[in-house]
Amino acid sequence: MTEETHDVRLHVNGATYDVSVPPRRLLSDALRHDCGLTGTHVGCEHGVCGACTVLVDGRPTRSCLMFAVSAQDTEITTVEGLTNPDGSLGPVQQAFLECHGLQCGFCTPGFLTTITAGLAENPSPTRDEAREMIAGNLCRCTGYQNIVKAVERAAELGSAT
Amino acid sequence: MTTKLFGTKVNRVEDQRFLRGRGRYVDDVLPGPTLHAAVLRSPHAHARIRAIDVDAVLDIEGVHAVWTYDDLTGAMAEPLPLLIPHPTLTHGRTQYALAKDEVNYVGEAIAFVVAEDRYVAEDALSAIVVDYEFLPPVVGIAAARAATNLVHDDVPGNVGARMEQENGDARAAIAAAPHTLTLDLDIERSACMPMEGRGTVARWDPDSARLQVWTSTQTSTGVRAAVAAKLGLDLGQVDVITPDVGGGFGVKINHPWPEELLVPLAARTLGRPVKFTEDRREHFISSAHERAQVQHIEVGYDDEGRILGLDVEFWHDHGAYTPYGLIVPIITSTQLLGPYKPANYRVVFESLYTNTVMVTPYRGAGRPQGCYAMERTMDAIAKDLGKDRTEVRAVNFIQPDEFPYEHGLVFQDGRPLTYDSGDYPASLEKIKKLVGWDEFEQFRAEMAAEGRRVGIGLACYVEGTGVGPYEGAHVHIETSGKVKVATGLTTQGQGHATAFAQIVADELGVRFEDVEVVTGDTRRMPYAVGTFASRAAVMSGSAIHLAAKRAKEKALRIAADALEASVEDLELAEGKVTVRGTDTSIDLGTVAVLSNPLRYAFDEASKAATQFSVGDPGKPPVAEDDEPGLEGKDFYSPERSTFASGMHAVIVETDPLTAEIRILKYAVVHDCGHLINPMIVEGQIHGGVAQGVGGALYERMAYDESGQLLNASFMDFLMPYASEVPESIDIDHLETPSPLNPLGIKGAGEAGVIPSAAVFAAAIEDAEGFPITAMPISPSELFALRKRHAPVVEEVAQRPSRNSSVEEPRDEASRNHPTRSTDR
Repeated sequence: MTEETHDVRLHVNGATYDVSVPPRRLLSDALRHDCGLTGTHVGCEHGVCGACTVLVDGRPTRSCLMFAVSAQDTEITTVEGLTNPDGSLGPVQQAFLECHGLQCGFCTPGFLTTITAGLAENPSPTRDEAREMIAGNLCRCTGYQNIVKAVERAAELGSAT
Repeated sequence: MTTKLFGTKVNRVEDQRFLRGRGRYVDDVLPGPTLHAAVLRSPHAHARIRAIDVDAVLDIEGVHAVWTYDDLTGAMAEPLPLLIPHPTLTHGRTQYALAKDEVNYVGEAIAFVVAEDRYVAEDALSAIVVDYEFLPPVVGIAAARAATNLVHDDVPGNVGARMEQENGDARAAIAAAPHTLTLDLDIERSACMPMEGRGTVARWDPDSARLQVWTSTQTSTGVRAAVAAKLGLDLGQVDVITPDVGGGFGVKINHPWPEELLVPLAARTLGRPVKFTEDRREHFISSAHERAQVQHIEVGYDDEGRILGLDVEFWHDHGAYTPYGLIVPIITSTQLLGPYKPANYRVVFESLYTNTVMVTPYRGAGRPQGCYAMERTMDAIAKDLGKDRTEVRAVNFIQPDEFPYEHGLVFQDGRPLTYDSGDYPASLEKIKKLVGWDEFEQFRAEMAAEGRRVGIGLACYVEGTGVGPYEGAHVHIETSGKVKVATGLTTQGQGHATAFAQIVADELGVRFEDVEVVTGDTRRMPYAVGTFASRAAVMSGSAIHLAAKRAKEKALRIAADALEASVEDLELAEGKVTVRGTDTSIDLGTVAVLSNPLRYAFDEASKAATQFSVGDPGKPPVAEDDEPGLEGKDFYSPERSTFASGMHAVIVETDPLTAEIRILKYAVVHDCGHLINPMIVEGQIHGGVAQGVGGALYERMAYDESGQLLNASFMDFLMPYASEVPESIDIDHLETPSPLNPLGIKGAGEAGVIPSAAVFAAAIEDAEGFPITAMPISPSELFALRKRHAPVVEEVAQRPSRNSSVEEPRDEASRNHPTRSTDR
């Protein structure tokens, strides 16, 4: 039996990808394997770790809990889309670099997208709000202290631009 | 002047690619049109396999092949290697790549399917029919010791090994001691849980008969040797490349995992690249766990609390198989001593089989359990004598003038347990100040006045780091002046590309940006051991330093010739060799050009090295004892491990109603000798502490009596989020350099996690006033203990808490044993 596929147009980081995928294909797999955007990582495939978080129409979304076919006509932003237009690191990325907010880097894309959306909503978070902003993402390397600092630093960098 | 980078905070070079989403982890590797594998795993903890029917699988469109044990031949049909044999491991057992006749844990690999994509491969698994004959499972240390049922028919008593070491006569010393006490302690399973699970990709090139393997490992050379041996290939036919690794913490040092062999086998058989990517549930049930032990301690001491005799017996749950030998319990039994020098010490352990996932090192590797045993003992002695807990520790410390200190035991590397350096009294003073030890009683009173309950705990550890046998490095200065460095061990987040480049930039006087470090690629450095035991900085850091020195010596020799100066008058800085005190200099890149006599010029620079430009026509262009190129290669192989140390202290608050445990302050004093990059070291400590908090307060592997892991998901296995860790960690460093290596460094990777169970048990005990002898501890367990210790306390409603979502199947209070002390 041949598996039924659907043609889906994905808008990712301003580019258009026409893919043909089975209905059950996860958005995370479509981004990684059909679009070749392997910056989005899959850590648990049950929506708990947050590594696969992407922005769907600006809202942080676990791409392992969404089917690719339901992402049709949405605007998706992945970690690859967070750099400045000139190719330099965006404010959240720069803040992670300066604050040592990452070690192995695997969970990092999900934090970067989550914080990007969080700061869009609350551009100058308090320390508690910064911690709350990342409290749905798992990291096994850093212990989070430097990630909280990075949220605050990103807010500073963001307000400076 | 080039600034010295060693010892300074340098932002990490690897972050650029990680932050842009350009890291390259195994699942990102795509060497051409790739097939995908999935593994059928046993749903039963203990069963005989009567028959496996795979007929329906090949009818599924998109399926290319399926393997079961019967399809394996030669070395592939033999059990997986027992990596670290030991004379006392009399009954070591390892699994097969695919189960032969019997399965011994839920998750054991039975069949291997390769298909067009992972979805189809998983569909195919559901079409395989296995006929099982159920056998009674052995779950937990109590069941293993009872040995009513056996995991392996030919292992009596479920005992894989019994090992005893003694220095002095501990039992006689205890019998003669003025005070004695007995402790029974319990610590449960947790696991490394890297955010990226295991994964392997392989490509077979039929034209050159060569295999390339990318795998998420902590030892690429180990995997290479295993793959070659199992697949009947020459070592030279196999390259193993470790790309970016999304965390290891120990689980990826065990090798070869079944998939690390089956993927290359499938790639060679099918002539297509094949990939396996472990999913999270698979990681829970088929990768390794650690930590579970039951400990019985008897100790005799004098009026000051000085330990006269310490007799420790413990039972270690090693799961269904012993691929990593006895490393974890050996480390517990030796590192238990920490910074102390008991006059007489005896330790006996039994390493036991259970029908659960096997146990191999997890960050700390047996040390957290040892530290827990020793530090709980120190606290119990202090309590018995009515002394301050820091005083009892201080009288037992090895003193700074006693190094090197020999314990009279054999360590995990087969070498004598000899500490190289340290200053424990100084660490104690620092930690007391950092946490506010002497002011705590006042704080406690203030909090009590507000109706709040707080406690303080302290724990000390010593960690043997940088174990051998060796690591090597290759340093190549290119004609551009850029430096390419290779070392064979792997990287999983420690920032090796940064820290190692700092060492090289200092030694060669080149820009940090011009140094590129490659790790874990057998094509670049085929001799290596791996990344474990907090050894990378010590071992590869030292090897890189030595290799860079060799490259520097050669550069100076060639430059001296070119500049007609003597080597002693030359200095290397800013990418140039300069005659000291003059303007005469030569670029390091030009020295590289001159190091390699050429027949053919390919650019302006290389003209300088062609045959009509350089060399004495009366001599061979490359001298007999020389070789072309500006390179240095060296190996570092220390006589024994170097011992880092530290102390943690924590202040906790326990909710009088709900028994919720909150961290108010966490302090760390850490001594890893000289720091290469303090930012990276502190990051390692942060991460270790977070894992320690998880292990002490949240994480446990909840097996039921039939051997099913009930919490095999991130929903139920409670790894800390930002909301569970200390908001900040106060860190102070002490630097007692190691005399064993040229840089004076000690390992730092595991330290953060070692004292956690001990320090939290101490603080909670201090807050509550009754003994805490079983870890981890959840609010519901603490609540039950309160009821047991104060039976008249009125019933209070318990708010639902995050910690109580996985309920213990057993009686919670029964895990906490009273301490029994005797005074003579």
